[in-house]
Amino acid sequence: MAQADTGYRAAQLRRPDLGPPLRRLTVLAYVGAMIVLPVAALVHEGFAAGLTSLRNALAYPGAIAALELTFTSAAIVAAVGAVFGTLVAWVLVRYRLPGRAVLATLIDLPFAIPTLVTGVMLVTLYGPSSPLGAWLDRLGIQVVFTPIGIGMALCFVTLPFVVRTVMPVLQDLDPAEEEAARVLGASPARIFLQVVLPHLRPAVTAGALLAFARSIGEFGAVVVVAGNIAGHTLTAPVYIFQLTGQFRFAEAAAVSALLFLVSLCVILTTNHAVARWGNRR
Amino acid sequence: MSSAIRLEGITRRFGSFTAVEDVSFEAPSGSITALLGPSGSGKSTVLRIIAGLEVPDAGRVWIEGEEQTHGPVEHRRVGFVFQHYALFRHMTVRRNIAFGLKVGKVPKAQRDQRVDELLALTQLEGLADRYPDRLSGGQRQRVALARALAPRPRLLLLDEPFGALDARVRQELRTWLAELHRELGVTSLLVTHDQEEALELAQRIVVMNEGRVEQVGSPADVYSRPATPFVAGFVGAANVLSGTVISGHVQYGDALVAGADGLADGSPAVAYVRPHDLVLSPVQRSGASVPAQVESVTPLGAVARVRLRLDAMKTLTAELPPSQLDGIAPGSRVYIDLSRASVFAPGDGVSDELSPA
Repeated sequence: MAQADTGYRAAQLRRPDLGPPLRRLTVLAYVGAMIVLPVAALVHEGFAAGLTSLRNALAYPGAIAALELTFTSAAIVAAVGAVFGTLVAWVLVRYRLPGRAVLATLIDLPFAIPTLVTGVMLVTLYGPSSPLGAWLDRLGIQVVFTPIGIGMALCFVTLPFVVRTVMPVLQDLDPAEEEAARVLGASPARIFLQVVLPHLRPAVTAGALLAFARSIGEFGAVVVVAGNIAGHTLTAPVYIFQLTGQFRFAEAAAVSALLFLVSLCVILTTNHAVARWGNRR
Repeated sequence: MSSAIRLEGITRRFGSFTAVEDVSFEAPSGSITALLGPSGSGKSTVLRIIAGLEVPDAGRVWIEGEEQTHGPVEHRRVGFVFQHYALFRHMTVRRNIAFGLKVGKVPKAQRDQRVDELLALTQLEGLADRYPDRLSGGQRQRVALARALAPRPRLLLLDEPFGALDARVRQELRTWLAELHRELGVTSLLVTHDQEEALELAQRIVVMNEGRVEQVGSPADVYSRPATPFVAGFVGAANVLSGTVISGHVQYGDALVAGADGLADGSPAVAYVRPHDLVLSPVQRSGASVPAQVESVTPLGAVARVRLRLDAMKTLTAELPPSQLDGIAPGSRVYIDLSRASVFAPGDGVSDELSPA
């Protein structure tokens, strides 16, 4: 039986099953048209003239600052999302919280509503004409048209990522380990940090990296809240949008390709990390 | 002997399902008490209530004289061993065992010393730096036991500790646990569905069925003087004979079996007889005998199993030492003495067949 099994595997290795030709072609054509072709066009347009387009694009006042703002805010948002997303997932899975079903649905809301709507919501809530915005203004805190507003918009948009990657892992986790720790006298904080969290690390990392990738590219929620002041609240995606508005497509493509490259690295790292942890378990 | 654990009227419901109903018993200090019953009988829930992992809907729990019904888990100072080990998978054996000591803020030097003691006690010295997934089932369960014992708990609670192990390892660990208990003397409560395990390890057995206590007693009591038909059927194998009551006896065919004193004449009654309590002889020796024909004789080493046909409908199983097999061969006629039967009025738990061993 075992030998027959290996024999079959060896046969598979020698002659991998390519699948029916029509299905194979359809898949390749679809993925090619939807993903590979646009990416190729982007890279070609951005770097047809070598690094000139990129250099031109970055020479603009506020361009470097826009990239910096985009990457730092994405990093902070990913970290905040990792902490609170994990906490939300733990509470949702392990405690019989009243209104749990409602909360679970609310978590998914950012996936469903248009990101522009998110921006409008935040401006309505924190704008200078709202009571909350006016009160915060008197304390010297400004949300709208500042990096704080950008961070809040990104936190909103990326909230589901960590929660949704961590929840299934938590649901699969045998509560007996946590019970064993409780009987041994451990406090809830110790149980979470020393017993639960080590199992969640791959999922938290994956969720945070996805949130990071998403934050780099977020346009709709940011464009309304940020005010897009060059050198202050102008993010890279909004800058790209401005470049296209001025018909400077080569420069837009060069900056876009840069963002694409970073996103690609993040996705590859995520997949690699998840696979590695998956093997170790 | 004082009671380390006292339960009074414990009831626990899950929705409309009553898992545990009005359970009361005491577990004497320094001994092993077994909670024995089929799966779903509520025994694990009782154990979890004692540990504080579940809260009873009614009733009270005392641990060493302190009421702990609603006491927080982390203050009860009990050790708990789970059926599937529940080891911390990302910690080495040493860190698993040290966990409870660390929580209890035991200084590092003492902690290391205690862990070493337990590694020696559980014969795990060479495995201190391994992770649980590199251990066999038996080794994992020993780590779980060492982890539970490290903070010197007042009670050791074992939830089907050998349930996930194969038969040979189970027997080894059982013998080893008995020795360990003689050495440490920690009050232990063992949940099991395996009557052999309960009879071998425990000094006191609480038999549970459908959330209720059927009988509390010594292994000898529970085995030889079952209080209910359920206990007679569950603890050890038993032949079951249904008959009618006549002046304090159960009539089965021509045989009259004593023991139905409380029951009214003419009412139905059931006699339970263990296979090794059936006495076979070539001639009728007492009024409690029935004639039968030997169907088969199966030698099983220390005993031989004899199938006996009473009539077209009914067979009994007897177990005899091979020295008593003279004159007993397939086809021979014998008389079966039923006088060692336990008699009950029919009720819950009565079945018409030989109950499983």
